[in-house]
Amino acid sequence: MPVSKRLTAAITTANVQGRPALVPFITAGYPEPGEFINTLREVAEVGDVVEIGIPFSDPMADGMTIQRSSFVALQNGVSLRWIFDELEMTGDLSTPLVMMSYLNPLLAYGYEKLARRARATGVCAFIVPDLPFEECDELRRALESEGLGLIQLVTPATPDDRLKTLVAASRGFVYAVTITGITGGDTGLPDDLAEYLDKVSSVSKLPVCAGFGIRNSADVENVGSHAAGAIVGSALVEVLESGDDPRPFLRALGGK
Amino acid sequence: MKFQLPADEAGRLLKASINGELPDARGRFGPFGGRYVPETLVPAFERLEMGVRDYLHDADFQSEYRKELREWVGRPTALTHAPRLSERWGTDVWLKREDLAHTGAHKVNNAIGQALLAKRLGAKRVIAETGAGQHGVASAAACARVGLPCSVYMGAVDIQRQAPNVDRMYRLGAEVVAVETGDKTLRAAIDEAMREWVTDPSGIYYLLGSAVGAHPYPYLVRELQSVIGTEARQQMIDQAGGLPDAAFACVGGGSNAIGLFYPLLGDDVELIGVEAGGTGDGLGQNAATLTTGTPGVLQGSYTMILQDEDGQVQETHSISAGLDYSGVGPEHALLQATGRISYVSASDDESLEALEELCETEGILTALETSHAYAYARKWSQENPGKRVLIGNSGRGDKDMPTLTRFPVRIRTDAS
Repeated sequence: MPVSKRLTAAITTANVQGRPALVPFITAGYPEPGEFINTLREVAEVGDVVEIGIPFSDPMADGMTIQRSSFVALQNGVSLRWIFDELEMTGDLSTPLVMMSYLNPLLAYGYEKLARRARATGVCAFIVPDLPFEECDELRRALESEGLGLIQLVTPATPDDRLKTLVAASRGFVYAVTITGITGGDTGLPDDLAEYLDKVSSVSKLPVCAGFGIRNSADVENVGSHAAGAIVGSALVEVLESGDDPRPFLRALGGK
Repeated sequence: MKFQLPADEAGRLLKASINGELPDARGRFGPFGGRYVPETLVPAFERLEMGVRDYLHDADFQSEYRKELREWVGRPTALTHAPRLSERWGTDVWLKREDLAHTGAHKVNNAIGQALLAKRLGAKRVIAETGAGQHGVASAAACARVGLPCSVYMGAVDIQRQAPNVDRMYRLGAEVVAVETGDKTLRAAIDEAMREWVTDPSGIYYLLGSAVGAHPYPYLVRELQSVIGTEARQQMIDQAGGLPDAAFACVGGGSNAIGLFYPLLGDDVELIGVEAGGTGDGLGQNAATLTTGTPGVLQGSYTMILQDEDGQVQETHSISAGLDYSGVGPEHALLQATGRISYVSASDDESLEALEELCETEGILTALETSHAYAYARKWSQENPGKRVLIGNSGRGDKDMPTLTRFPVRIRTDAS
């Protein structure tokens, strides 16, 4: 069985329990590289799937919070190699992992080695925000040959016919970006969100997880009635930034 | 690791390039180029691509564009013979004077073309990034000319060193947004402009200033800048009595270089792009992407970039803000790989010296970016006496006065 199906299963399990799946996002090695695994374990205790952000020098789809976390992590020497080494020492977390990375660090690492090491460390899929469907063949093939998936992002600006293509190409789950904008925005979720998420869910066989701009339990509830899961990034990174235990924050949002 | 193309593939791609067949339908210049952008922007890029296809070579658009170039930009710009510089160098030196174009650099050729396109596409407002401020000034002016609001994203470091241009942008009615993220120079400004664009991909037109980024920008910018080489080629025949033996242009993102070189690709002319050698060869000491970089994806395009072994893009150094960029246009990456164009670098010091030499021999204060082309052309001339040389004088140096005042004027070597 492709490991990307572990993601689908984890999200479905949450839904069967009558709640949206919670997908926390952390920037690897932020704020302290020494705390990475500890933080990951804590977050994985509550989250149904954990998204690990690979820091990058040019995070063009991210707002201030993720940018800041990314730059600090890089300054502290965090790299994809380091992250894999840390994950290897951690062993199985039982909660499935996905990695979010801009393309260039993956290119530099090499796709085949990437897929092998990812599989060996419990990573089930990748989210690559600057890799549109038209350019993704090579990476998708490399990942799928190890049973991993490439998660496709869809947005409110995605036309209907394109939406069908992207949803069909996605593995594990479909990442529905809630807003036209960057991560960590404070403009709130758009009014026509329900309609948009219902549309994505209706054409997708895979569970749909909504991300961008989800900051509190009201937001999770809001997207939860129209999508299978909620991805919480910037708001969680802010909690970690202040040195707080992420578990109470995440439990207040739902989670397992 | 240098990018290697098999010899037959290099030959085929160079031929395709000369025949105007590149980029291909996927926006590729051989292995380089493409469109690596967030999904939110894909529809916006498709709309732009369609706009480029529908309007760029449309007779009405071209006639409006040509009229603006002639009556507002002041084209054709002069080809100037440089007799005193020629005497010093031992070559016959000719200058293509983009510094004489309205707003003082080649940037305006692209800015007015894209502003007209933005208008045709029904954009509500325009955003642009700028490094040296020349593209910001050109965009501000072009937007005022076509009646569209304009916001210019500029790194905080560049705002410091190019202060005169910041004031010019304000006076031309643009909003200048200081970018405090990342390296606070051109690369961060592009990232920030992209972030703004994703908030309203259908209402905003992103007026990108160099031949970089995702398809169709490298193509669009080349088409709009090729007027430089097309004019220069004819002027060389008319005024100098023939094509040059070698042509030189500075390369940051590479828009003035591709504009000068593209119409000369099929000719028997040695083409040499000069990058910013900064203070040395080490990562972070220069912005010499083609001469010291490796292939990777930066800001929408697969091209040569300055990065570490983990694929993290590196900060650059150059005395010239306009060359201070970690990437380069994908078409340059191809033309390097095919061997058609040589890319070299000139250091900060060499460029400053070349700037002074041009001032005192020909009475032209050129931009610090452009000085890099002079610095290398001078070296080349020493090894190739008697040859005919064309230099793309891409912009004027008034904007560099805050930087230049830090360096005392050297002792005159030629007191005549």
